[in-house]
Amino acid sequence: MKKGLISFLIIILFIFTFIVFYKGLNKTSLYKPKSEIKNVPEFLGLSLFLKEEKDSKKIFNENKYYLLNIWASWCVPCRDEHPILISLSKDDNLDIIGLNYKDNLSNAKKFLDELGNPYKEIFIDQEGIIAIEWGAFGVPETFLTYNNKIIKKFIGPLNQNSVLEIKQAIK
Amino acid sequence: MKILKIIFLFFIVFYFNSANALEDKLQNKITKNLRCLVCQGQSVYDSDSAFAVSLKLLVKKKIDQGLSEKEIYDFLTIKYGDWILYDPKFNKNTYLLWFLPLLIFLIGGAIVYKKLIKIKK
Repeated sequence: MKKGLISFLIIILFIFTFIVFYKGLNKTSLYKPKSEIKNVPEFLGLSLFLKEEKDSKKIFNENKYYLLNIWASWCVPCRDEHPILISLSKDDNLDIIGLNYKDNLSNAKKFLDELGNPYKEIFIDQEGIIAIEWGAFGVPETFLTYNNKIIKKFIGPLNQNSVLEIKQAIK
Repeated sequence: MKILKIIFLFFIVFYFNSANALEDKLQNKITKNLRCLVCQGQSVYDSDSAFAVSLKLLVKKKIDQGLSEKEIYDFLTIKYGDWILYDPKFNKNTYLLWFLPLLIFLIGGAIVYKKLIKIKK
């Protein structure tokens, strides 16, 4: 009787372990931080072309949709998503703001000369600290904001699905 | 007079040295407790990824601004969630994590105690 119970328990334990590990296999190990940032963070940043310090408050406070895109010329996925940004920049409801992340400035300018400039304004983030204010941890990352609030966040390059989401949100 | 000057110089050098060391210690302590989100199984202190380098700089800046250790952790949990801390805070999502080892220890203790009593008998 006791032996039967023990082997029964062992089998149950085995099945339980199997299920846990099997589920773990299918679970993505990519962690998306559960950011609690709701409002657009305030920051002072140098502008890439004007070389003067600009206050983020003057930009994001307006009653308009903004897309903040964190990019760098060394980032390969940024190159892939660039045509998407160019096509989104044609939308009148939306202004795209760039945040140039830890980049060589002349390379960044070359990148824009080559692929076009979808950005209305570009901030320079040499130290990566403005990106932390936004709760970002890599490039590219994109935030859709309205009325000083973050509505949507896209980690990784934008794709056709994210374009649909953005277009639906700004209708 | 000259000797006095030299002593004064020494005093200044050593004073700032130890102040810096204290600050570095705090910075290291904090960054060792921060998980590098882009590298697996490394703390921010150990990592040299772009993200970790920025975080180290940010922690240093926050310390210079006079923020306490707890304030820096609070700031970062708002930005990245509890996951960024190796030493998670006690809340409704983590109470099991904190209590389970204690519970298991108590159960184990109870089993050992029962066995001991049996042997004595």
